[in-house]
Parts: sequence; structure tokens; C-alpha cells
Amino acid sequence: MYDTIIIGAGMSGIAAGIRLAYYDQKVCILERHYTIGGLNSFYRLRGRSYDVGLHAVTNFTPKGTKKGPFARLLRQLRFRWEDFALSPQIGSTIAFPGVKLDFGNDLELLLSEIRASFPNQVDGFQAIVDRIVDYDDLSPEDYELSARELLAEHITEPLLIEMLLCPLMWYGNAREDDMDFGQFCIMFRSIFMEGFARPLAGVRLILKNLVRRYRELGGELRLRTGVDQIHVQDGRTTGVILDDGTELEAKRVISSAGWVETMRMCDDIDRVNGRQAGQLSFVESISVLDKKPSELGYDRTILFYNDSEKFHWHRPKDELCDVRTGVICSPNNFLYESDDESQKLPDGIIRITTIADFEGWENLPEEQYRLEKLKWYDRAIASAVRFVPDFRGHVVDTDTFTPATIRRFTWHDNGAVYGAPLKQLDGTTDIENLYVCGTDQGFVGIIGSIISGISIANQYCLRS
Amino acid sequence: MTPNEIRDVILDILEDIAPDEDLTDLKDDIAFRDQLELDSMDFLDIVMELRKRYRVQIPEEDYPELASMQSTCKYLEPLMKDVAV
Repeated sequence: MYDTIIIGAGMSGIAAGIRLAYYDQKVCILERHYTIGGLNSFYRLRGRSYDVGLHAVTNFTPKGTKKGPFARLLRQLRFRWEDFALSPQIGSTIAFPGVKLDFGNDLELLLSEIRASFPNQVDGFQAIVDRIVDYDDLSPEDYELSARELLAEHITEPLLIEMLLCPLMWYGNAREDDMDFGQFCIMFRSIFMEGFARPLAGVRLILKNLVRRYRELGGELRLRTGVDQIHVQDGRTTGVILDDGTELEAKRVISSAGWVETMRMCDDIDRVNGRQAGQLSFVESISVLDKKPSELGYDRTILFYNDSEKFHWHRPKDELCDVRTGVICSPNNFLYESDDESQKLPDGIIRITTIADFEGWENLPEEQYRLEKLKWYDRAIASAVRFVPDFRGHVVDTDTFTPATIRRFTWHDNGAVYGAPLKQLDGTTDIENLYVCGTDQGFVGIIGSIISGISIANQYCLRS
Repeated sequence: MTPNEIRDVILDILEDIAPDEDLTDLKDDIAFRDQLELDSMDFLDIVMELRKRYRVQIPEEDYPELASMQSTCKYLEPLMKDVAV
């Protein structure tokens, strides 16, 4: 009998596991895939290391900062700031036709950029900042209000509204077209007020640190162990039934599988009605270059582009991808401390993400799937090089993931990267001792998902 | 444990929870919240650490008793008088 069973070995599941194991619970994390990380993972291919998921850690704050999610995470999991080995970004850009806004890990830069390009919108922007500062993400109010309506109250230039929403939606919005006010505040703070950073070794360093800590504390992790059913009796779960039929008993279960996905696993009554799975999924390509991006005259850490004045954030309806907007990320362009070149990334890397249609990709026959991957790799890059130096002559290797890949690794319906549009902020379900954590609880990003796991563990699994 | 020993225990726990805080000037009669950057998650850790280290169970309705060092020591004194250092 376990004290707590956790479904999914992503950031949130492992973080919850650390909290519970630290306080002497008998915990088991069950992961269907053969590796940890879920949406954030890493692999080797043709002699090179690749990251999926993480572009940058958001919510970055410098050493010694006592407030904010990153500081909270370090305290709660008993890590030192150095353990995450984060190097801050060089600088990022929002690029729309004819206008660019640079931003960094200090809100002042964005403010001065707005002053230069939209001088009569500075007061409105400041009013939004003031409102966001007061937002309490641990006890959210007005979460589901419209971010677009809030923005329109303060900003009269529609183009600026689109430009501000672009990176925030790209990095964590599960809802099409508009964004929940609560999610907007969380993302605004994590991106514009705190900022981006990355460990030189990538997401593997963070995941390995988390798992090492979990195991040191006596936590049990089972890979290749899918949960088929969550057994429910009289409104309580008694444990899970694995894909191979084995039953495991637990006093409580935390699931990071997603809301709809979790409800579907419950074996007492049919609960999957009403709530929809998310619609937004991505295709992302990684291009390995024979030169560093800086040698091509490109120093941006992340560039969010959109090729018209209106930012479109929804599932593509007629084609497999929508390449009118995208994210260009270069892991080379962070301020890694060492001057020693061997300590830096061996290759130049450019990652490009575009919006994609899950169903279209999932239903392709194998041969065509491969061809479409090549085709959309070319199209996405052709779209992106309108905003960054043309690197196509320098590509020495590539790899691409699609919504079908995301589905395989995360088990999320529709390969929905940010989960369902409706979040379960308190993490409870109608089953007394079953809780959800991770994207569908409402926090996104690396730091956000870790905080999600911590807070669900704290609220429901430690107090009794 | 004597009240002074209990105080040392709490200081030790606070050091663990918030290693970046300077605790040398901590005022016993002022709420932790007003002098340290502690949020509700950190307060839970004081309770949990006491349970983990000394098997002291504190019911949730008593959490407000742990607001300051003074009130914490006073509250814990009867609960921890038989606990060995």
C-alpha cells in the first residue's frame, strides 16, 4: 500500500514526489514512457544531444531573490540556486511587420521599447503592469476573465495588444484566440518581469537533479509502466490498475495525465463529458548549423514572429500547420558564464515552432507523414527567415517533432502542449482522494509545472 | 525540551527552509511573516519539519499559533517538554 501514487514522471509529478518522499511518505511515480520528462525531455540522435520542450526556463530570477516562483521552488525542494545552473538570456524580440519590440530579463527594456514605438501607450502599459503585480497566483481571483478585454481597457493601439499577447500565448495559453486573465498574469510575470534562462546542459540537467533528489529520498519510479485504470469505489480511489493488469493500492492518487485523460481512466462511471481537451499543438524543428548563430549575425535568444498585424492563435483548419506565426529559439544565445569555448554548445542550433493540427498529423499514413515533415520543415523555415538571417545554407542535421510525437510522449489528447482550456486550479476532482497536477491544474512552464506538483502535494497529501 | 531549546529547533528549521534569510536579528514578538519572506507553503514546512524530526503533530486549526517565534515556543512547550534534545 502506497501513501501516494503519482501518474506521470514529468516535472510536476517528480516535484510532487520529492515533497512527499521528503516527508517520509511511501510514494511511487508511474510513467508509461521509457523515459522521464513528459513534455520536457531529451535524447541523442546521430551523435548529438537534443532537447524537447524547454526553449528557456521562464520565471528566472537572480541568485538571492526571495520572491517569486523560482525562489519558492528552491526553498520547497531544498535546492540551491546553483543546482539549476541557469544562465540568463541575451535578449529576445517580438517581431511584427514593420515593428519590433526587444525585451530581456528587466522590464525596463520592454518599457523603453514601447515608449519608442508606441509613445502614447506607455501609461496604459504601466497600468497593466500595476494590476499584474497585485495578482496572487496561489489564490487566484478573476482567473477566467478575458485578457483581451483587460488589455483593451488600457491600451488603445490594437497592434500593441497583439504583440504583447504573442509571446504570452505561445508560452502557455491552452485557450484559442483569447487568454484567461489569470494565465495572462502568470505568463506576463514569468516572461516580461522575471525572464528567460537556460542551463548549458539543457533540460536534462534539471530533470536529472529532480530525479536524483527523489530517489535519494526513497521515492520509487517505474518507467514503461502505464496506468490503465484508476480504481474508484464509493467516491474514493483505492489505487490503480496497470496496463499489464497489476493492481497497486494507494491512499491517494495524483495524476499529471491531464484532466480529460485522468477522468477517462476512472473505472466507476463515465465522466468524460463537457470538458474539452486542448486544441493547440505544435510542430517544432531543430536545425543543427555548421556555424554559431552569432557568426551569422544573430544574437536573439527567442524571437516571436507574426507576419500580419493580427495574431492568430488557434488550431489550423485547412492545413497541417500555420506558419504565419512562430517561435525561433537559439540555445546558443544565452549568457553562459565560461569563456572556454569547449564549455559552450558544440553546434549552432536553431529551433522553430509553428502551430499544428493534431488530427491531420495523426491520421497521415507513415510514408506521407515523413514527406509532410520535410515539407513543413521547409515552409516553417521559409517563413522564419523573413525575421532572422537566412541560415539554410548552414544546416548539417535536423530533427522534427509533430503533434503525433507529443501525443506519444505526453499521452495528452490532441497532443495539446498546454493541456485543456479549462483549468482545475484547486487540483481536486469529484473523487475524494484523486487530484490533478501539471498543465491542467493551471501552471505551465518548467518552473510553473514544478510549483504545481509542489502545491498539490502540500495542499492535499501532507496535512492529514 | 526547554523553551530555549525549542527556539533553537525552530531557528534550525527556518535555516533549512529559507537558507538565504539572515536570522540573527529575528524579533521573537514580531510575526515571521513581517520580517521574513515566508509564504503559506513555507509555514507548512515548519509544521512538517516538526513532525518529521520530533513526531510532533500539529492540527491544522492550530497553524495560526505558529505566527511568531514567541507564540510558536509557547504553543510547543507543552507538546515538546518530554522530547529529548
